[in-house]
Amino acid sequence: MTGVGLKVRNLNKAFGGLVVARNITLDLAPGDRKALIGPNGAGKSTFTNLITGIIAPTSGEITLDGRDIRPMSESQRVKAGVAKTFQITTLFKALTVRENLRLPLLERRGWLGRLIRRADSYPEVEMEIDGLLKQFKLTHHAHTPVDRLAYGQQRLVEMAMTLALKPRILILDEPAAGVPSSESPLIMEAIAALPADLSVLIIEHDMNLVFKVAAKIIVLVAGAILMEGTPAEISADARVRDLYLGAHHD
Amino acid sequence: MSHTLKTALGVIALIALAAVGYFGLADNLAFMTQVVIMMIFVLSLDYVLGYAGISTLGHAAMFGTGAYAAAIFATSVSSDPILGILAGAVAGGAIALLSGFVLMRAHGLTLLMLSIAVTEVLHELANKYSGITGGADGLSFTPGPILGRFEFDFAGHIAYIYSVCLLLLVFIKLRVLTASPFGLAARGIRESQARMRAIGTPVYWRMLLIYTFGGAFAGVAGALSAQTTALVSLSVYDFQLSAGAVLMLILGGTGQLWGAILGTMVYMTVHQIASSVDPFNWLFIIGAMVLIVVYLVPNGLMALPALLLRWRRK
Repeated sequence: MTGVGLKVRNLNKAFGGLVVARNITLDLAPGDRKALIGPNGAGKSTFTNLITGIIAPTSGEITLDGRDIRPMSESQRVKAGVAKTFQITTLFKALTVRENLRLPLLERRGWLGRLIRRADSYPEVEMEIDGLLKQFKLTHHAHTPVDRLAYGQQRLVEMAMTLALKPRILILDEPAAGVPSSESPLIMEAIAALPADLSVLIIEHDMNLVFKVAAKIIVLVAGAILMEGTPAEISADARVRDLYLGAHHD
Repeated sequence: MSHTLKTALGVIALIALAAVGYFGLADNLAFMTQVVIMMIFVLSLDYVLGYAGISTLGHAAMFGTGAYAAAIFATSVSSDPILGILAGAVAGGAIALLSGFVLMRAHGLTLLMLSIAVTEVLHELANKYSGITGGADGLSFTPGPILGRFEFDFAGHIAYIYSVCLLLLVFIKLRVLTASPFGLAARGIRESQARMRAIGTPVYWRMLLIYTFGGAFAGVAGALSAQTTALVSLSVYDFQLSAGAVLMLILGGTGQLWGAILGTMVYMTVHQIASSVDPFNWLFIIGAMVLIVVYLVPNGLMALPALLLRWRRK
């Protein structure tokens, strides 16, 4: 199978008799902004884990630019261009914001295994850190350990770390989860400023955010895709309204 | 203050400390040498446990293997102590690498139990193959002069100076290693293995390498211990050695090198005094000391000045 971007074909995953992904087929082309929604237990996290290599599919295909990525480990997929943020913020809490950003930048360049020079003595890495700090408005917190930051800012650090990997496919797993409403504009702003050629898949419960940032929405129910469409098509669909959005959505 | 300057000041402080020990406790240099050897051992543990968060209660496996390697090397290849230290480092690193293939796949309690098991297996092997190791009788040997000039003397002057030189080398090497990208990766692994994998790091292989380096440093300590006592016995694989090193590290503070040095110094000094005052109940004093420190200063004695400062401000 050839093609540009991420292509998933007939992806299945079962744990014994429990089927958690059924015949999932989707495309993520460069520049796509898609959201994956679904009620709790729909299989969204499983799908993310299948794409990033945390778990292996029972059957089906996953290709990136025509290359089969199924045999790749999690870290190999990251190097191939598939990156994700976690549902629950997962950072190097005792390290400063700057050190958190230094790690993915050194790893991307293949320098994280070096034994002699100081980690902070690579000017090109330090310059890139400065750029990311500026982009995510974290410059003033550069030397603060991340566990002292507000949760919304920690989310930004996580997004900055993921972007530092220069991915081609970015999976944002509930980027607004746990973020106080006062800080959620920061997240929206950061997502809006993502590089235009980056393919983004957002898994999110916050419908305001989904409708603002996603051009296409995929609805997942019981491990299978119920439908894919524009925000207008999704919000107009009676099945989706019944299943997920509820009668309150208009 | 730059990292190089801090390292240089650290080296000066260590030399000053060693000089105080040398002149102040000139009639107890054998004990001082043991303290310095334990400092190297606990530093190696700090690199593995403090920096990378790899839980282990079996660090004696590498210490003991390094000790036997140095002794066997001296009796069958060359009595040159420097080469013996290198043999100890290689043996310690090799046993860490071999056991690490399995250990680094485990976590938490499983890892702790497996690390103990590896040491016990090595202990039994050393006992069984007494033709090579000397078994329960131990393996005695005579190390040659250091650099072909400095013979180990009865009073222990050369052994002490030699041990301090190796401590300085290990300290500098670890300062460089922990500040390098590889050292930052170790801290990243300690903080979150999941996040390290998500940035593309092959966590298992990095941990294996960290464990191997830690093992090599522990092997240096073991080889040095063998050379300065001219004897290796089965006690090099004692569980108490591994557990004692963990206690010394916790006492001083993990993940900062100086904690390993301070913790070893305090633990061994208290141990020495307590066991001479009360040879039967000295463990009570050690236990009480560890309890008090862990309760009052959970981050170890290195955190004490900051804590006192905070109390004073209140």
